[in-house]
Amino acid sequence: MERRYRLGHVPKEGIRVIDAMESRFAQAAPPGAGFVSLRYVDERTESLGVRHGVMEPAHTGSDVGAMITVMDGGGIGYAATSDLSVSGLQEAGRRARAWARRTAGLAVTDFSRLPHAAQSGTYETPVAQPWSSVALGEKIERLRAPCEKMKTDDRIIDSWARMVHLASETLYLDTAGSRVHQRFEMLMPNMGAVAVRGTEAQRRTLHGQGAARQGGLEVLDQLGFDEVAPRLAREALELLEAPDCPTGRTDVLLAPDQMILQIHESIGHPLELDRILGDERNYAGTSFVTQDMLGTYRYGSDLLNVVWDPTRPGQLASYGFDDDGRPATREHIIEKGILKRSLGGGTSQERAGLEGVSTSRASGWNRPPIDRMANLNLEVGDKTFDELVKSIEQGVFMATNSSWSIDDSRNKFQFGCEYGRRIENGELTTVVKKPNYRGISATFWRDLVGVGDERTFQVLGTPHCGKGEPNQMIRVGHASPVCHFASVAVFGGA
Amino acid sequence: MQDAFNRLAGDLMAGLQGEEVLLCSVHGEDSDFVRFNKGRIRQAGAVRQQGISLELIRGRRHAGASATLSGEHDVDLARLKPLLADLRARLPRLPEDPYLQYATDVHSSERHAEADIPTPDEAVDRIQSAASGFDLVGVYASGGIHTGHANSLGQRNWFDTQNFNFDWSFYLSGDKAVKTAYAGQTWEETAFARKIARAARQLEALKRDPHTIQPGRYRVYLAPAAIHDIVGLLSWGGFGLKALKTGQSPLLKLAEGEASLAEAVSIAENTAQGFAPDFQAAGFIRPPRVPLIEGGRHAEALVSPRSSMEYHVPTNGASAMEAPESVDVAAGALPDAEVLGRLGTGIYVGNVWYLNYSDRPACRTTGMTRFATFWVENGEIAAPLDVMRFDETVYRMLGENLVGLTAERELVLDPGTYLQRATTSGRYPGALVEDFNFTL
Repeated sequence: MERRYRLGHVPKEGIRVIDAMESRFAQAAPPGAGFVSLRYVDERTESLGVRHGVMEPAHTGSDVGAMITVMDGGGIGYAATSDLSVSGLQEAGRRARAWARRTAGLAVTDFSRLPHAAQSGTYETPVAQPWSSVALGEKIERLRAPCEKMKTDDRIIDSWARMVHLASETLYLDTAGSRVHQRFEMLMPNMGAVAVRGTEAQRRTLHGQGAARQGGLEVLDQLGFDEVAPRLAREALELLEAPDCPTGRTDVLLAPDQMILQIHESIGHPLELDRILGDERNYAGTSFVTQDMLGTYRYGSDLLNVVWDPTRPGQLASYGFDDDGRPATREHIIEKGILKRSLGGGTSQERAGLEGVSTSRASGWNRPPIDRMANLNLEVGDKTFDELVKSIEQGVFMATNSSWSIDDSRNKFQFGCEYGRRIENGELTTVVKKPNYRGISATFWRDLVGVGDERTFQVLGTPHCGKGEPNQMIRVGHASPVCHFASVAVFGGA
Repeated sequence: MQDAFNRLAGDLMAGLQGEEVLLCSVHGEDSDFVRFNKGRIRQAGAVRQQGISLELIRGRRHAGASATLSGEHDVDLARLKPLLADLRARLPRLPEDPYLQYATDVHSSERHAEADIPTPDEAVDRIQSAASGFDLVGVYASGGIHTGHANSLGQRNWFDTQNFNFDWSFYLSGDKAVKTAYAGQTWEETAFARKIARAARQLEALKRDPHTIQPGRYRVYLAPAAIHDIVGLLSWGGFGLKALKTGQSPLLKLAEGEASLAEAVSIAENTAQGFAPDFQAAGFIRPPRVPLIEGGRHAEALVSPRSSMEYHVPTNGASAMEAPESVDVAAGALPDAEVLGRLGTGIYVGNVWYLNYSDRPACRTTGMTRFATFWVENGEIAAPLDVMRFDETVYRMLGENLVGLTAERELVLDPGTYLQRATTSGRYPGALVEDFNFTL
């Protein structure tokens, strides 16, 4: 199956690396082994930051390696190496095959039953303003300027503006004849201010850890990076003087930079099929969702529509193929509140006998693919922000996640935000600090009573989703409009 | 590995120009990972990785880079020389750094840990044999870990170890499970068998009908694994000087004398008795012990070289994150054998999970009970408890509401494997606490 996404000019060096890996894979694949794949990852990063007027250490990173996976005799084994010579890859192939043979008959499934269709295709992140098109000094100035704008008051004792640029190139090859070449580029900016009075501190940030997208420097414009600093400083100072969030059961209106966390923890994780199958029970946890709920379970109100969409341009976890080389397509996960399918990659789908999505992903060349979220988005409704506020007699508007905790079944949660405002008689009123709320996933989404329109919708993501044994930290995209939930338990500080 | 690193660093340093200083750090592992679910193997494999970090310094300007190493000297040198040239070219475009600090006194050291670990093949046999009949889920990790440092002033440091870490749970059904770990540098079959037998006994207790409690305040015993998680949360920005100076530390009130913990609470960074290297990326050597909390009051902060310059406090060799790596929570006087009796009627909390702050300045934390948590009546385990959310300040749980800490402590070797296998560890007692707040 041939799929082609936007893959423009490929530098000669890229072609050389790929060509070398293809010939080396041919030499390294253990002869006679059932099925062998190679996943090569070349990831380059550059980190720049300015903190309270002082440049932080500048750093570049280059992380290059490959993993060979062998499925043989029903078993599975992998070996990852940063030695990309023929002999290094051959040694990896030998170790992977030894593990495959050792696990034959002992594995959770008969891996020889997994289907392996040959896939080929490419994917490349669309980039409007390449990272390399702007000089280092200019980038530093773009970080220094917001820091200066945040130093508006002696009570602002810390401020920062940072960005991490990441470019990665991956190549997937297997003995079924697959060849998948993908190139990603992303920017993860971060900005914040801390206001302190005595031992009370308040911080405001640019979407917490959620400001992250694929693309080049145009991501800064998309996120309003150059304009947001004065507001962050002002709101940090406002919070310092604000009363605590009230305690009680009331309506909440959640901004997109809190909604992404709500989606992530209480929809995304519970729907990961490997959790449902029990793989994560010792670490990341299990799920309150069981296989028999798929297709019938009412996850939320009729207003709840959630899509798994790796095809959305510019979102943090967009791709053409997952790390098992399977093509990725947009799918409805929850439609009008009804759970349609889980987030399970090829291996989990085979084990469970269920439909899933192509979401077998690895955090790098040195970790094996497991079921992960990619872009998991809540679709827009038809209410303007003003209409949502006006519909609330008593409530709290909360923005920007600052605290997250949920049980191992992904059911009982408690989340906190940086910034809150009371809603009284359909109007935003007093700023309140330390807004927290708690609930239960299985019922929370059924109280979704209002969904914002396109103008309230924001495309965000998180670079830090942890899971797996061995542990893996992966990048996940989420997008959401502003959402209104009825009758939620809210509270403030101690 | 050590010789190869020193040779590579030496060859890079031979190309330095003028007053340039070069700091090199290497880290790597050769690990096997076996992941289990329902007593069978989900994934098994090996990871051989090695990476180097370079910091090129000229005056007060510096630039850093990291790269993976192949392990082939000529290949790696050919990749790193252009990288060094790139750093040199960046230096004039970067501003001077007032907070730059690196070790200028030469303190070379090396530490090689003795180990007797089973081959991964043997470990799989032993685990599957011992766990036969149980719903086992978890991960076995083993192999070598190394870290090295070299600078162009002549300092050379090396640390390597071999160890294993089997982190697993026995599941009964749903979310009812017992979590256990067996880790170390020498596998002792009898010790492993004791762990299995203890977990099996707790699993039997989980078979009773679960008990449900209403939100409210309860007398609890927090087992050492739970204290490990709570101190682990505090370590996330709690003990560092930068976090204190920027108002972000949850222990700011403690540091300012506005709050205190119980006198029995003393916490230290105990590098001498830990399993982590005693040097860090800028070449500073860590002191054997840094007291963080003494007798319930704030003692010292962890100070990175950068914070040292910013806040004019001498560094104590902390990493840039200023988090402890070898935690030592002092033991108390409560004998393990008396825990249930002293608890009387209340909750035995085997583990807690997914902690975070619900009010950072107040050091108020929230999290869930998880694994082997029991309702206790009159000093006897009565029933397993359905998971509960707590929301409580550390100042209350380890302060005014602390009844006592256990005399025995447990050694926890961090099973974490983000990026590579961790070398962090800690020693933790259990804690008997009154009026512990459950909310959901």
